[in-house]
Amino acid sequence: MQVSKDELLHIANLADITISEDEINQYLINLEEILNFAEVVNKAPIEGLEITIGANERKNIFRKDEVKIFEDNEALLKNAPTKDLNMFKIPKVINT
Amino acid sequence: MDITKLTVHELKQKLDNKEITIPEIVSAYINRINEKEKDVQAFITTSENEALEKAKEIQEKKEKGEITKQYAGIPIGIKDNICTKGTKTTCASKMLENFISPYNATVIEKLENENLISLGKLNMDEFAMGGSTEYSYFKKTRNPWNLNKVPGGSSGGSAAAVASDTVPWALGSDTGGSIRQPASFCGVVGLKPTYGLVSRYGLVAFASSLDQIGPITKDVEDCAILLNMITGHDEKDTTSIEMEKIDYTKSLKKDIKGIKIGVPKEFFGEGINQEVKDVLQKSIQKYKELGAEIEEFSLDIAQYALATYYIIACAEASSNLGRFDGIRYGYRTKEYSNLRELYKKSRSEGFGSEVKRRIILGTYVLSSGYYDAYYKKAQQVRTLVMNEFNKAFEKYDIILTPTSPTVSFDLGSKSENPLEMYLSDICTVSVNIAGVPAISIPCGVNSENMPIGMQLIGNKFCEEKILNVAYAFEQNLNFREKYKPEFKN
Repeated sequence: MQVSKDELLHIANLADITISEDEINQYLINLEEILNFAEVVNKAPIEGLEITIGANERKNIFRKDEVKIFEDNEALLKNAPTKDLNMFKIPKVINT
Repeated sequence: MDITKLTVHELKQKLDNKEITIPEIVSAYINRINEKEKDVQAFITTSENEALEKAKEIQEKKEKGEITKQYAGIPIGIKDNICTKGTKTTCASKMLENFISPYNATVIEKLENENLISLGKLNMDEFAMGGSTEYSYFKKTRNPWNLNKVPGGSSGGSAAAVASDTVPWALGSDTGGSIRQPASFCGVVGLKPTYGLVSRYGLVAFASSLDQIGPITKDVEDCAILLNMITGHDEKDTTSIEMEKIDYTKSLKKDIKGIKIGVPKEFFGEGINQEVKDVLQKSIQKYKELGAEIEEFSLDIAQYALATYYIIACAEASSNLGRFDGIRYGYRTKEYSNLRELYKKSRSEGFGSEVKRRIILGTYVLSSGYYDAYYKKAQQVRTLVMNEFNKAFEKYDIILTPTSPTVSFDLGSKSENPLEMYLSDICTVSVNIAGVPAISIPCGVNSENMPIGMQLIGNKFCEEKILNVAYAFEQNLNFREKYKPEFKN
């Protein structure tokens, strides 16, 4: 499976990842190799088989809708690169 | 007596007989870490001082009768993708270099409840993506049997630490073989439990439908003991199963006469190293002598399962790793002019190349136009793999294969070639795809004294059977007495 440079950059953009010019070729080679290998799924005898999403049977797990307070706000905010009072601080989003 | 050479069940006996104290045990491990860590480099973070303090505290409380847990005071090492409150959990990534979890993973709560003592956090491939621990952002862990070789991965730090006696046992995680393959490379025991047996809450997610936490230990009995401690339903993980608690140590020491072991011929074909095959054949012979019924059969899924694994695991990873955006925690780029640029630069600078490769691959197979060709087909193959395992377990109690097609390889020999690294997971990934449990135990060494692992796969929730069959072999072979890591340079 050949992946074009444009396609790679489009996918990387969807994943919010920037690929530098000198990395592009390496990524293209790797992707092509891996996707060629992945083609083997087309040879598997899967006609008529349902899809499987997870290892266990599919059923809804319900729990009571109760509020539980996580009290250690300080520990949560401790990891924030920037914060203000008890809030995460981010760059301006609207009208930028 | 060298305390660090003992298994946990041996340590417990010495503690019960009051031959040793908990601070003596912890001190012995700290000395061992100081002696060996410079060569092996298994730890990302060590918590020696905290461990010693805790050891003294637990010893006192135990003497007063305030602590009665059987294994109180036994040290442990934790893979660095399992959240530990108040200490760093880095996933061996620049992205989480300074991340301190605000909560404990459920397994950590359980270990703390048993009064175990953490000696630190162990190295791994970044976000558990890799098979050699070379993709760690921080360091390359060495194989204690030969320091120029890899310990396997992604739980390479956990396996190397157990093999070099810097921890008595450890927790790892296994998405496609990340407990079993390093256990095999380092000559120790590693178990991937049935999907849902152990809570994944607080395990940094890689591929949520495949990930499981499990024990890496010196022997099978320790493996059963540690499994006892970590299993159980958890409302914080909706995929964890509600079932009656089993004491896995009770499953050991049972006769294996008449146990039916299936040997899939496809797992002994092309691509499997001859010395690995030879040692496995001898092991099969040993099982015959122990009274097991051995039958060769066809389980033609390995290639399909491997391709399916990389499609599904990368797809899930691309979604799971979307949370790393430089806002609430984790690495944030220094310069940015808007929010989108903050995301993109933080992710591009914070993730290593293998992680980015998998995110891109995962995004690709999920993207419009390719979803049906790759992801949907992979999910159908997943059904096929499960059906084939179900069929096999109608006939056999256990499926026996090599854990890895080769022994440990030289540092640097595969890290530049992602596909080659992926191919070395051929024997282990089907187990995760099907959600069944499997153990790797050492079954011999090759001509260069590098350990070879045997994988025993069971049906869902049949850990007792696996452990018993593994135990019978282990007692017969006595690997730990015969072969020892030499720290060869």
